[in-house]
Amino acid sequence: MQKTRYAAAAVAAVAALTLSACGGGDSAESEGGESGSAETVRIGIKFDQPGLGYDEGGSYSGFDVDVAKYVANELGYTEKQIEFVEAPSANRENLLSNSQVDMIFATYSITDTRKETVDFAGPYFVAGQDLLVPTDSDIAGPEDLEGKNLCSVTGSTSAQKIKDQYPGVQLVEQPGYAECVTAMGGGQIDAVTTDDIILAGLAAQESNAGKFKVVGNTFSEENYGVGLPKGSDMCEDINAAITKMIDDGAWEEAITSNTEGADYTFNAELNPPTPAPCA
Amino acid sequence: MENYLSLFETYDVPAAFWVNIQLSFWAAIWALAIGTVLALFRISPIPSLQWFGAAYVNIFRNTPLTIILAFGFLGLFSVMQISLASDLNLSLFRIAIVGLALYHAAFVCEAIRSGVNTVPLGQAEAARAIGLSFLPAARLIILPQAFRGAIAPLGNVLIALIKNSTVAAAGSVATESSGLMKTMIEFRSDLVIPIFLTFALGFVILVIPIGLLTTWASRKLAVAR
Repeated sequence: MQKTRYAAAAVAAVAALTLSACGGGDSAESEGGESGSAETVRIGIKFDQPGLGYDEGGSYSGFDVDVAKYVANELGYTEKQIEFVEAPSANRENLLSNSQVDMIFATYSITDTRKETVDFAGPYFVAGQDLLVPTDSDIAGPEDLEGKNLCSVTGSTSAQKIKDQYPGVQLVEQPGYAECVTAMGGGQIDAVTTDDIILAGLAAQESNAGKFKVVGNTFSEENYGVGLPKGSDMCEDINAAITKMIDDGAWEEAITSNTEGADYTFNAELNPPTPAPCA
Repeated sequence: MENYLSLFETYDVPAAFWVNIQLSFWAAIWALAIGTVLALFRISPIPSLQWFGAAYVNIFRNTPLTIILAFGFLGLFSVMQISLASDLNLSLFRIAIVGLALYHAAFVCEAIRSGVNTVPLGQAEAARAIGLSFLPAARLIILPQAFRGAIAPLGNVLIALIKNSTVAAAGSVATESSGLMKTMIEFRSDLVIPIFLTFALGFVILVIPIGLLTTWASRKLAVAR
């Protein structure tokens, strides 16, 4: 008898924990708006990508963040109503399909496989795979990498592209770009590869200022889109907001201010992009 | 289902697990060797060796493995420019083995020490009485019985080591299974959960026989007292 009572209490305790875990999200949402009735918008961004989406102890900076703020503003949300959520690459589809975020601005390339599970607005930027090299390096493109040590992130599209197209390159895969850049600072790595704007953000970091340069010879096209849950009705409005941002100059200003000090110019042939029609 | 099966045509999953098995195999051998020496240190009559053994165990057992392996890449490879092979990826593979071995040696040492505790004090006294000094007594009397008593905990260390070999991704061994899993998730985001379950199942299949084997062996080889 005693035993069953303990068991019942334990079950109840576990159930309570589970329930309160579910409730957490809701209460956070209702706290967000100042007026009480106003809703918040949850936007997924990277927290660890300087120049794009970067957590600076509670405040967020970067190009993705600036575009997200502009778009949210156009959709009728004030900055206080935005709740930024970390969206690591591998979790982006799940965050959207579980409705844990309303939209994602996180270096999210539009691809056909992804379109099967999520919708996209945009693109708001066309990035391309490029190389980051020490300032005094004479590497001018992927052809010069034969026999050199190149670093990229484990499992990334950039790493796969190198394996498929440049098999002569010695590829080192690290969990993050920061580790790659540290290793390049030590001299064992000759170049780091991923999308040009990510590289520019890394090079623009204070601790790296003046040490590295973006080669500026892109060899892929990545259309950064706004990730939306499947069947979302926000696509048209977001595209309108992106177009407006490009037209009034805020778009270009956001790029320049976030890559300052990196000696980087975006690919002007492909940028600024025209948002694709919504599905 | 067809979608899921096409994954195996594009990605060589068994090869990735093979890398984990290789990492575990070499790391296990080195960890066993280092761990045995450490255990000898800890049961030796010399205080400075006891101190060294205890310090090693406390430092490595309490440092996260990710940090040890990340240090292997960022510290040993990048900054100190240490290379263990002329081929870059082989060098990183060996550095990862060193990291895994150093970390698990601490656990092996403690497993063997628990085995030593199963050997009755009388055995050591008898060894001393027939004139054996510390090393011959350890080699001939104590360790053979200790190993037989330590099979189950050593099996646990091996199981942990196999699963921990995925952390080698932090040391740039990207061909192992967790690295491949990341690649597959990046390109086939529509199949995240099946991919995840595939790798989980793979490790269960790898690890269960080891658990069964060590349980069987620990019964079979236990010293009857």
